Formats: sequence, C-alpha cells, structure tokens
Amino acid sequence: MSDIRVALIGNPNTGKTSLFNRLTGLNQKVGNYPGITVDKKTGISKIDQNTSAEIIDLPGTYSLNASSMDEDVAVKVLSDKNNDNYPDLVVVVVDIENLKRNLFIFTQIKDLGLPTILAINMADQMTLKGIDIDIPKLESLLETKIALVSSKQNKGLSYLKKLIASYKTVSTKPCFIEQETVLSKFAKDEKKKHHLETVRRYQFLKKTLEKTYTQDPQNAKDIRTFLDRILIHRIYGYLIFFGILFMVFQALFSWSEIPMDFIDSTFATLSELTRTHLPQGIFTNLLAEGIIPGIGGVVIFIPQIAFLFLFTSFLEESGYMSRVVFLMDRIMKRFGLSGKSIVPLISGTACAIPAIMAARNIESWKERLITILVTPFTTCSARLPVYAIIISLIIPAEATFLSFNVQGLVLMALYLLGFFTAIIAAAILDKVLKIASKSYFVVEMPNYKLPLFKNVAYNVIEKTKAFVFEAGKIILAISILLWVLASYGPGNEMQNATEHIQNNHPNYSDEKQQTEIASYKLEHSYIGVMGKFIEPVIKPLGYDWKIGVAVITSFAAREVFIGTLATIYSVGNEQESTIKERMRNEVFSDTKKPVYSFATGVSILLFYAFAMQCMSTIAIVKRETNGWKWPLIQMFVMSGLAYITALIAYQTLS
Amino acid sequence: MTKANTIADLQRGERAIIKSFTEVDVPLKLIEMGCIEGNYVEVLQRAPMQDPIYLNISGTYLAIRLEVASKILVEKL
Repeated sequence: MSDIRVALIGNPNTGKTSLFNRLTGLNQKVGNYPGITVDKKTGISKIDQNTSAEIIDLPGTYSLNASSMDEDVAVKVLSDKNNDNYPDLVVVVVDIENLKRNLFIFTQIKDLGLPTILAINMADQMTLKGIDIDIPKLESLLETKIALVSSKQNKGLSYLKKLIASYKTVSTKPCFIEQETVLSKFAKDEKKKHHLETVRRYQFLKKTLEKTYTQDPQNAKDIRTFLDRILIHRIYGYLIFFGILFMVFQALFSWSEIPMDFIDSTFATLSELTRTHLPQGIFTNLLAEGIIPGIGGVVIFIPQIAFLFLFTSFLEESGYMSRVVFLMDRIMKRFGLSGKSIVPLISGTACAIPAIMAARNIESWKERLITILVTPFTTCSARLPVYAIIISLIIPAEATFLSFNVQGLVLMALYLLGFFTAIIAAAILDKVLKIASKSYFVVEMPNYKLPLFKNVAYNVIEKTKAFVFEAGKIILAISILLWVLASYGPGNEMQNATEHIQNNHPNYSDEKQQTEIASYKLEHSYIGVMGKFIEPVIKPLGYDWKIGVAVITSFAAREVFIGTLATIYSVGNEQESTIKERMRNEVFSDTKKPVYSFATGVSILLFYAFAMQCMSTIAIVKRETNGWKWPLIQMFVMSGLAYITALIAYQTLS
Repeated sequence: MTKANTIADLQRGERAIIKSFTEVDVPLKLIEMGCIEGNYVEVLQRAPMQDPIYLNISGTYLAIRLEVASKILVEKL
C-alpha cells in the first residue's frame, strides 16, 4: 500500500512519460480503466525513507474539455471525488519552452480545487534557449509549488519528491475564478463558452508570465528550422520518408529471421522432448501436440512485433512522425483519409489492434472510421507465417528475377497488395459513406529530440507484452480445443480405425498402415466431420477439408492456420518432420495430386490477404465504433472479397 | 483599409495578428492551443499543393488544413 496517490498530467510532448519512468523505474503496470480501452499506467515511487506514492500517468491532453476518450479519462479521475483513482495531489508537467500553452491545463485543474503542483520539465534547455524564470514569483502568482526538473538528465527529482511528500501543505485555492454569470450572459452555446473561457485563461497566463518569464529571442532559433527544411522538403521530405520505410522493413525481416528460426526450432525440440520423456497418455499428447505448438505460434511473433514497436516508438518520440503526418495529409485526404492515418497504416503491418487504437487522434469521424475499416487490409505479422510457408511451397527457393530472389519479391508484392487495397477501399468508402464531418485537423509539430532509450524500451516491452498475452490467450485456447476436436469423434468410427484399415488393406506395410490409420481417425474426428461439411464451399477455391478446417479455426487469428495444419498433420503422427515437409507431401485423397499446387497456393495467399480472419480485430472495431454494425460490414465485405478473388485465381490458374 | 486576409492568404515567413473567427469553423482544440484573437501567427511552411499549412501560433508549432486556415481572419504585420 502506498501512502499518497499522485496523478501526473500534462500536454502531449512535455516529457510526462519520461518523468513517470524516472519516478517509478520498473515499478509500473499497465491496466485498463473500467469499460474502456484507454491504457491506465500506474507505478510506485519511493518518496523518502518511509513514504511511497502511487503515481498515475494520465493520458496526455491539452485541456479538460474532453474531446476524446483519452481526455475523458483525465476529467473523470480528477473531477469525481468518489472515483477509485481520485488523487491526493496533482502534478502538472509542462515544457519550459512552451510554458504559456502548457499552463493552460494547469489553470483548469487548479480550478477544480485539487492540491496541484507544477513540474517544469526540460530545464536542461534553459541556458541553451536563453530562458529565465522567476520561480518564487511564479509560485506566488499561481499559488503553487514549482519543481524545475529534467527527466533527460535526471535532475530535480529529489526536490519534486520532497514537494510530493508535503502534499498536505499545497494550496487548493483556485487561481482563476470562473465568472459563471458573465459567461452565461454572453454564451448561448457550449462552444462559445469554451472559447471565451480559453481567451480569459490565456489573458491571465499572459499577464502572469510577463512578470516572470523571459526568453532571449536570439537563442530561440533552434535545430527545428534546420531539420524542418530538409525533412518536410517537397522532394527530399518524401525521399527520406520512403527511404526510412524501406530500411525499417528490410531490418524488420532480416533482423528478426535469426531469433524466429531459433524460437521455431526450440519449440519443435520441446515438443519432441515432451513426447519422448513423459509417460504416454492423453496429457502428454495434449502437451506435445496442442499446447506447446500453440504457445510456439505466439512466441514466434515476438521478434517482429518488438522490432516494429521499436521503430514506431523511435519515430514518434523523435518528433518525426508529426512531420510525416504533415507531408502525407494532402495525399491521404484525396482517399478520404487523414495524414494521421499514416500511423495506423504503418503500425498495421505489425498488428491491426494497436493500429486501430492509434486512429483515435484523428479528429474527423469520417476519416477515422475509414481508417479503422481499411487498416486490417495492411499486411499484419499474423499473415506472415501463412505467406512464408505457402510461398516456399509454390515458388522454388532458387528462382530469381533480375537477380532478385523471387520468393522475396512475391512477399513484397503481397505487402504492396495489402497497402493499395487499403487505399482503394478508402477511396471507395469516401464516396459511399454519407457522413458529414468537418476536416478538423490539428497536428502539433513537437520539437525534435533524441529519443530516450529508456522510454523506447519501456514502450516496446509494454506493447509486446500486451500483444503476446492478448493473442496468446486466444491461440492457446484454440489449440487445446482443436486438439480435443481432432482426437475425438462422434460414434465408434475412431475406435474402429485400426480394424478398418487392417481389414481393407491387409497387404500394406506396418508403417503405411499406421499412416492410414492416423488419417482415417482424423477424417472421422469431430474436426474432420466439420471440415467435410464445409468442403463443398471451399472446393472451388482448391482447398481440401483439412485446409477447410484451418480456414475455420484461423477465423480467430490468421496465424492459427499454420498451427492448425501442424496439429492436423501431426495428430497421431509420431515421425518428426517439419510442417513444410508434411505439407509438401499432402495429396488430395481422390486425385492423389499434391494439395499445395501453384493454383491452390495463390488462392490461399489471396484469401489471407483480404479475409477478415481475426476475432481480436473485430472486437476492437466494435469497441472503437461503438457497435456491431461496422465490424460486421467490414467482416462480410473483406471475407467476400477474399472468397471471390481466391475463386477467380484458382479457377484461372488450375 | 486593406481587404480582409485569412491565414490561408499568408505567404511563407509572413506574420500576422489573429483578428476573428467563429467557433463553428474552428475546432476547440485549436483554440485551446492558442489560436485566439490578438495572438500572433507565422506561416513556417506549406506542404506540397499548399495544404496543410505549418504555423507558429504564439509559440505553439502546429499544422492545420487550408480549409480551417481560410476561416481565420488576420491582419498582416
């Protein structure tokens, strides 16, 4: 139990999160506010020998006039005394270079009557920027206590902690008296009232800062002007952006290959060890054939997801992402999107779930909705194992085109296909959707800064952990369920398998009989029955019932496709061989032709490029759009498109 | 009296004082970020095809679309 509860609040880009990391170290956890998806970050900070404080990192916000879900959280926490998170003390974090605007929210919080202190961050910039502040005078004008801190250089934190420890002496007097009567006379509507209130708060701050804050304009010029000249240049700007994107993807694939291969082989060995070292029985089978491959299927994504989060948080922390938003807005607008859609579209290559959540800061509802609807078309990492294995089955590894590896080119083509489908779908939605919305677009262009390693690292660990546990739960559950469905069946057919095969094929070798028995069992298991049931629907796409089963189960998540096939092909199959070998050896039971032919392969690739095979995405779209309408439309359109393109591909190619 | 200018009419590098706008046209967030009557505004850069427009409003650096910029009346300095 901690003795004091402290809420940390401030504008975006004030280094609030760095300060939070400095105060709490690794002692933090991410949860959810009840009922909504906004992350709730809390941590414990040791204030002095005997006192510890619980620090809540509230979402960055410009004001308390909530216009988004994130801001709403801050308002609820601070304005309701009965809220579970109601703090004993509020620390407002401001950037020393942008004091006037950053103090705006301070005046609003102070008016709530909460004990409020001020942490002026980035104090290390003071001499460089020629800034001078009269702290005692500012303290008396704002009726608060002020700590000058630098989260970058870890300075001023002990004084801040001292202020937190003596929270009981902090003034709760409002600094700005809301003249309700005057306001209501002027303002008929809510927004006009906010406007007038804003003007008066700024007048107050202007007067206050005139007496306490000076900045030598000579020193104000900074690296911003120089970098902006290059990074948002009409030609170099785009070249640099595409160069960075290219490098990110190159690195993403080449760097994650080694750890991914390692994880793959480790889980295969683990499975094998379980099988050989544990006593035979249902539990061992479940472990070796269901649970271990299931967990492996999640763990294998960690390297790629972590690298992608690493790059995106680096780009965001440095201030570069806002420049990309600025550069791309006009182009994206043409397709009914916003410059801010670029962040979801890039993050979507890791996972659509955080990507769709990143669409929250798009102001226009129409642009945000379109972004949410098209983001799942971008090639997320869950498609990658499906693509990788199918490509390796239908295209020879030695094939080259203009000295490029064809397998790599096909993979790249699939990424481009995903991106362009998203863009085209957006353009169509822009025409179809009749939603009147203003093109309210405001993007702050923060100062450039070198990202703090610690912040980036925390961010990566946090987001990767969230992904692994969210996806992991589903995949684990499904792999267990699958194993059960594949190991048991209706009636006595499965028990009679051995007898049936021995009677019908008495002249088969022992080994051959074993395989036949295994496949007979599978065919008559619950999952076999299900697969057979949908076979007529998927046959025109070039799939057999086993692929059909994988299509059904991978509705939960695309990567389950490979896991399912691995389970199906390995249930009852004792030989150790890789999943790829097993797939290569698969033949259609009637024609005896290889299942994974070129036509079927292309059909599977297209199906997975377009189909909405992800329960978590559907769930998140439902949450973000407040209802079932959009996720259902999205699912039917995407899966319909997938079916039709796969059908056309198979029928023309075979 | 010169004809009324808006932020959208300003050239790169030009400075002006914000005169007036209506709440219907301008998002509250922009107002809260310092876009209020009497504050100065400077055009730092325009993206290709002139839109969006990168501004320094009273020390806050931000970008807005031309559509909104053309609704904010200013007086050139």
